[in-house]
Amino acid sequence: MSVADRTPPWTSSGTCRIGFRLSRLEDGLDFLNAFVAFANFVMLPAVAYGSQLALGALGVTMIYGILRFSNFAHGDTMAFGAMATILGTWWLQAMGVSLDPFPTALLALPAGIAATAVFVLITDRLVYRFYREQKSAPVILVIVSMGVMFVTNGLVRFVIGVDEQRFADGARFIITAREFKELTGLKEGLAIKSTAMLTVVVAIIVVAILFWFLNRTRTGKSMRAFSDNEDLALLSGINPERVVMFTWIMVAALATVAGVLYGLDKSFKPFNYFQLLLPIFASAIVGGLGNPIGAIAGGFVIAFSEVTITYAFKKVAGYLIPAWEPQGLVQLLSTDYKFAVSFGILIVVLLFRPTGLFRGKAL
Amino acid sequence: MIRVEGLHKHFGGFHAVDGVTLKIAPGSITGLIGPNGAGKTTLFNLIAGTLPPTSGHVFMNGEDITGLPPHDLFHKGLLRTFQIAHEFASMSVRENLMLVPGHQQGERIWNTWIGRRRIAAEEEGIRKKADEVMEFLTIDHLKDERAGNLSGGQKKLLELGRTMMVDAQIVFLDEVGAGVNRTLLRTIGDAIQRLNRERSYTFCMIEHDMDFIGRLCDPVICMAEGKVLAEGTIEQIKANDHVIEAYLGTGLKNRMIKETSSE
Ligand SMILES: Nc1ncnc2c1ncn2[C@@H]1O[C@H](COP(=O)(O)OP(=O)(O)OP(=O)(O)O)[C@@H](O)[C@H]1O
Ligand SMILES: [Mg+2]
Repeated sequence: MSVADRTPPWTSSGTCRIGFRLSRLEDGLDFLNAFVAFANFVMLPAVAYGSQLALGALGVTMIYGILRFSNFAHGDTMAFGAMATILGTWWLQAMGVSLDPFPTALLALPAGIAATAVFVLITDRLVYRFYREQKSAPVILVIVSMGVMFVTNGLVRFVIGVDEQRFADGARFIITAREFKELTGLKEGLAIKSTAMLTVVVAIIVVAILFWFLNRTRTGKSMRAFSDNEDLALLSGINPERVVMFTWIMVAALATVAGVLYGLDKSFKPFNYFQLLLPIFASAIVGGLGNPIGAIAGGFVIAFSEVTITYAFKKVAGYLIPAWEPQGLVQLLSTDYKFAVSFGILIVVLLFRPTGLFRGKAL
Repeated sequence: MIRVEGLHKHFGGFHAVDGVTLKIAPGSITGLIGPNGAGKTTLFNLIAGTLPPTSGHVFMNGEDITGLPPHDLFHKGLLRTFQIAHEFASMSVRENLMLVPGHQQGERIWNTWIGRRRIAAEEEGIRKKADEVMEFLTIDHLKDERAGNLSGGQKKLLELGRTMMVDAQIVFLDEVGAGVNRTLLRTIGDAIQRLNRERSYTFCMIEHDMDFIGRLCDPVICMAEGKVLAEGTIEQIKANDHVIEAYLGTGLKNRMIKETSSE
């Protein structure tokens, strides 16, 4: 059967003939090329970004579930954790320590977490505990957390400066686009950044530890009990100050890991973490505030939506529908407006399902 | 055991508890009755540390425990149940019970890693205890059910079960019998008496069912409008004119007169 025989009858007029002159093999390859381009520019970045958002949202959701307020300082806590880790990394690098091919930051991470834990515990002592003892309304705590946010923000900028800092070392790629092309013979390359891979692996480990802790240990169960019914938890002999302390420590760990992974994957700039607050809250709310599984799901929903909507699909479309030569970039929204995506999803969820996808506490 | 002195609780201008002074003798089952809104639950809240009193003092075994947080009181052996049953809704019935004994080994974070065997042994003991309690309260078929899915009466039983998980000294029961069917009510009554005799629990219980109170309690305290109206045996209370006027109503008095005259 010749190629011409396969040409659909409606193209026989000749106008579109060129586009459809394809062998079956090339048909398949085009589809593969489209998929690889999609995976390279949408899926992989979204998975990495989603993991970072999920870790951030887990911190927000734990504070909401156990301490019962929306912590606006969370983005800047992430910045603080990343900053502490970067300082540690620089020190290690100056000492000539390296973890090649892994980034040195992994070695500095435990110290970063410890420093952040100390920082949030001090904040709790100095600020939040007072309002807790007053039994202040959640809305007051939210405003208080905004104050903490500004102070943390200022502190981070004061210590490390407002500029962008790069601290990623070690191998850049697990596989580069060129290697992938040579390996597969495809036109499109799939570059797997080592930081993206690291993000996903570390996120999985952290989430596994978190869930094991919450579901299997006595302290974790106390925390769930406290989140479930505070009055009853107190009357069951659960010490609230211990629960609060453990919550902050775990939140510090989550925030630091999220902050460092984001910094490794993109770059560290204090202002970016402030901006992350919106997608992180959107993730936590979309998943259902107070629900850890929801926070993870929400993180990926927001990340995929944001990346998909702001990606220029011109290339992918070019492979799938060769006859169509789009004028523009086939991009729904410019990346400059990416935060609008979080905002849009947030509004839709709040309108139609205020408790979130996984039934958290209603707002 | 428990001594309450001049306890006041004001909500704005409203005096929910208005100068209550009373004693609960060790080893007793004290009944607390009174009309709706008399301030009984509020009094429990003050004693158990759920609410801070406006003024006044609470003593336990001579020690001033006013304003101590509930978890401290728990470890001193003072427990209470809620009138509107509380539960950890997302956990199973068994988990609800197993959470109760505080100061477990597993609560110390290092033990989570280095003391696993000790934790396991302790958990085994607690699990056994929880199973016993559930069997005793005839809710053992519900052990893996989400506590939030229990019926109102079953939640009440779970409340009672919680107090049986540890060695309490004094337990404040806020209408455990309300919404529980008659046969189960007998079981609960028996349980209370057994705990009282065998494990020397002291009880103070709010109840509206006069038969239930009459069967279990001595003495009985009657409250109205935030004040203690009368205190005495069930017969004395039933015969007290103030109590009849404020709470029991004349119907009961007439019935009692009939009963006594027909004897
Ligand atoms: N947190 C509160 N704020 C304002 N008023 C309250 C509060 N708690 C209780 N009250 C008021 O105090 C009064 C006593 O309430 P309480 O719950 O102690 O009554 P009770 O004796 O337990 O009644 P019942 O038999 O119906 O349970 C009521 O009039 C109630 O409205
Ligand atoms: Mg009451």
